[in-house]
Amino acid sequence: MLQNRYCGKLIVVEGIDGSGKSTQLALLSQWLRAQGYAVAFSEWNSSPLVRQATRRGKKKAMFTPTTFSLIHATDFADRLESYILPLVKAGAVVCADRYAFTAFARDVARGMSRRWVRNLYRFALKPDICFYFRVPLEVAIRRIVGGRNAIKYYEAGMDLGLSNDLEESFRIFQGRILDEYDAMAGEMGFHIIDAEQSIEEQQRQMRSALMEALGEKLRAGVLRSQPAGAHVA
Amino acid sequence: MLPKQPLEFYEEPLPGVDSSELKGKLIVIEGPDSVGRSTQIALLRGWLEQEGHAVLDSGMARSALAGQAIQEAKNGNTFGPVTMTLFYVTDFADRLEHEIIPALRAGFFVLIDRYIFSIMARAIARGENRQWIERVSGFALVPHGVFYLRTEVKDLVRRVVLGKGAFDFWESGMDIRFGPDMYESFVRYQSRLVRALDSMARRYNFQVVDASRSPEQIFEDLRGRIMDLGAGRRADEAGRPARAGRKARARR
Repeated sequence: MLQNRYCGKLIVVEGIDGSGKSTQLALLSQWLRAQGYAVAFSEWNSSPLVRQATRRGKKKAMFTPTTFSLIHATDFADRLESYILPLVKAGAVVCADRYAFTAFARDVARGMSRRWVRNLYRFALKPDICFYFRVPLEVAIRRIVGGRNAIKYYEAGMDLGLSNDLEESFRIFQGRILDEYDAMAGEMGFHIIDAEQSIEEQQRQMRSALMEALGEKLRAGVLRSQPAGAHVA
Repeated sequence: MLPKQPLEFYEEPLPGVDSSELKGKLIVIEGPDSVGRSTQIALLRGWLEQEGHAVLDSGMARSALAGQAIQEAKNGNTFGPVTMTLFYVTDFADRLEHEIIPALRAGFFVLIDRYIFSIMARAIARGENRQWIERVSGFALVPHGVFYLRTEVKDLVRRVVLGKGAFDFWESGMDIRFGPDMYESFVRYQSRLVRALDSMARRYNFQVVDASRSPEQIFEDLRGRIMDLGAGRRADEAGRPARAGRKARARR
């Protein structure tokens, strides 16, 4: 991945479904915005250009591990080239809910080789900080099951034929993903957050880690609107 | 020049594919835009079918998964270079797994109008990292024959102007704008593509075919080379080494 030499910054959250990472990223970005920083959001699997193909592939269960991996890399490339990179260059803080590490964990859990998947994302911009929300599998499953979103076919790894039971397949597949995340945490320099703690405590740790790592750079480089009242004089 | 037997993958085997079951022949026609590839594919297909071979042909952006989405994105001119490259690799992977490999398993002659090499050449011409795209494409099967239809860029210009009568946005590399207008951008971009393909010729065992000749001459040339791979009247002697096949053809 390419080092970020630009004024803008890239903040990433990673973790399995049900780890609470999206909630935490939303709180963090609100807090940054309240301080006047220019903040943008990018979600996994959200490129308008690629959406149609992804939807089609999912609806008709056309994906193999290879094409599943490649379509997500295409989606990522589009978001990086047309959204994330221009904004980071321009001096915004981009908050990404999942990044290339999601592919490193998921695609390998689907059977793609580690080396191949890592090379695939070589064009990515290296995040300035990446928070990994670590949660035991059982806790994540309790949070998801009975939630408003049903478990989806590919999220459960049903394409791999691990089990005919959706929940059982989900358990096995997410367990593999969790192992991959844990295995790469050190190598990738993840900032690990214990996601069993209270929401408030996790947010406190996130803010303090962010300021410690990037506070000076944020103040020096990131675009910021004038604090209220600054125009009066 | 001897084709690898049995089929192999370049770097990374596709999950779930046993390449030793692939009995068919994988034949690739490569070359720049407007060099006459599709004409040759049509001629070869007709000939191979006359000889009793089952034929599948497959070309870029024709996959069920990504073909339509690529067309729409191209019409909107909204691709970044990495996105474009990966979209085409996705398209290729879908065709490889869902069309090409099943046909090879069934013993077909599979004729491919541009393989990973055009995708790689386009990425390289746009300044992307060569090693990156080579490794990304590493799950491709090594074909029995890669025939590179090669001609000079000024010949391509002549074909475009006399044929379609206008330069195409993407064939001219206008997403990057290699020059101030479509003609100049076409010339520079296509020169880069030809250079990129030339640079792969040795590593990927291309057989270079002089495409400045008439379509009939090119076809005769290709037909002879494909006979060496065990097609047509040589089908009964397919087990013989390619060298013997070539000698036999020279005698006729």
